[in-house]
Amino acid sequence: MINTYDVLETIRMIQEECLDIRTITMGISLLDCIDADISKACEKVYNKITEKAAHLVEVGEQIEKEFGIPIINKRISVTPIAMISAACHCSPVPFAKAMDRAAKAVGVNLIGGYSALVQNGFSAGDKELIESIPEALASTERVCSSVNVGSTKAGINLDACRLMGRIVRECAEKTVDNACFGAAKLVVFCNSVEDNPFMAGAYHGVGMPDCMINVGVSGPGVVRAALTKYPDADITQISDVIKKISYKITRVGQLVGVTASQRLGVPFGIVDLSLAPTPAVGDSVAHILEEIGLESCGTHGTTAALALLNDAVKKGGVMACSRIGGLSGAFIPVSEDAGMIDAAKAGTLSIEKLEAMTAVCSVGLDMIVIPGDTSADTIAAIIADEAAIGMVNTKTTAVRVIPAIGKDVGDELDWGGLFGSGPVMPVRKESPSKFISRGGQIPAPLHSLKN
Amino acid sequence: MRAVVTVIGKDAVGILAKVSTKCAEHNANVVEVTQSVMQELFAMIMLVDITSLSGDFASLSDDLTALGDSMGLKIHTMHEDIFNCMHHI
Repeated sequence: MINTYDVLETIRMIQEECLDIRTITMGISLLDCIDADISKACEKVYNKITEKAAHLVEVGEQIEKEFGIPIINKRISVTPIAMISAACHCSPVPFAKAMDRAAKAVGVNLIGGYSALVQNGFSAGDKELIESIPEALASTERVCSSVNVGSTKAGINLDACRLMGRIVRECAEKTVDNACFGAAKLVVFCNSVEDNPFMAGAYHGVGMPDCMINVGVSGPGVVRAALTKYPDADITQISDVIKKISYKITRVGQLVGVTASQRLGVPFGIVDLSLAPTPAVGDSVAHILEEIGLESCGTHGTTAALALLNDAVKKGGVMACSRIGGLSGAFIPVSEDAGMIDAAKAGTLSIEKLEAMTAVCSVGLDMIVIPGDTSADTIAAIIADEAAIGMVNTKTTAVRVIPAIGKDVGDELDWGGLFGSGPVMPVRKESPSKFISRGGQIPAPLHSLKN
Repeated sequence: MRAVVTVIGKDAVGILAKVSTKCAEHNANVVEVTQSVMQELFAMIMLVDITSLSGDFASLSDDLTALGDSMGLKIHTMHEDIFNCMHHI
């Protein structure tokens, strides 16, 4: 029995409101590729990725055609490379190159997992990997990197924050000819998750099966369009509208994930219920907040509106799929969201406001361009602040800032495509160096006496 | 297995005939049709059985899209599962 209204609604959501599946990400374990001889290990890595993901892109395109819904990205995440490279006792850059070659061979646009988990301290291979990130990201095209520096149970590794402040700068410096793009492929996490399908922070956790499929859904445009029909509804009704639409979006994610996993013969993991914006017109999270009733994203009330949006998206999505996971929530990457870009250019949206917003939504300070003369210690302190929000609130937070080398407030960086463009946003000039240089571990927080 | 073919655009003579001929060429059996014309906007939704297609799904979908383009219509061919999953619990 065909219901005309339902059919036309689905088509309108896809054609006019930018509903899409943001990513099908195949997680691949590389634990069986460990070898003391780095060239042998890299060969095993290349072979395993190209074997497991041989049909990923083909199956993705098949599903796109059949269901008539765009699947924007097909991607791969692998075991954190620091665990694989530790046995080699040398620079792990060849692993990044092997990943890059494999990604190109199977046709995925990004591959994540050039990563280290150092929330409790550095083990063998971690420091070598972190030190090699700038070179690895500058000498490859599709490799993404992440480092987890804190968690609710471990606290925050301040030495790692300090180190990452310098590494983020070096990533930008090494890719200055390419609009400092290296830094856009590096995320510093607190409470990172093992099944995140979204880049640049995806990696395949050690508790995962050998290979699995995770799906990330999107659809800010659909949510906004649904809200325009209720200009005078009270905020409880707004929450209900978002829940219903989020249910529908997530159902498609579940369908695509199940179908992909069956055709690839790989277990289906999770659906990541995220509202992931793109710079395209009508695909902005900031515009949803403005539809709810803010003159501009970033003004007072933004945190409350975002908290409601984030919560309603999860409530609607949870019932729509068998398992949820990943980062699940609303993303607020500045350069990838037309409304955020405008608000940042107008000065309504500041880094401090974004930081507050990250306390109530998915992830953290994302795709933010900062002045080129920002010191490594200031970046380290931005990382520590953000990690503290994640640690205390038992949530994932992250920092992906791009120092625009040679540029200052008033300039902008433009990468095009899904990464978009962002104005340089001002940061505080006062030095946090003494705090950062103390080093050590910020102890894990207390979980009672919560005030 | 069934697919939903949606045809949207300006009303003209012979839309149903041409679309169903194209379906027949691919051995897609038309199971159900609903159509309406609202303010000259033609909207037709066809449910077709695609179990014994002569070719693959992609070629049916591409051919229908091309037919739509040649007639100034938007034709979408999508597996019925996407509608079922989205609108039914």
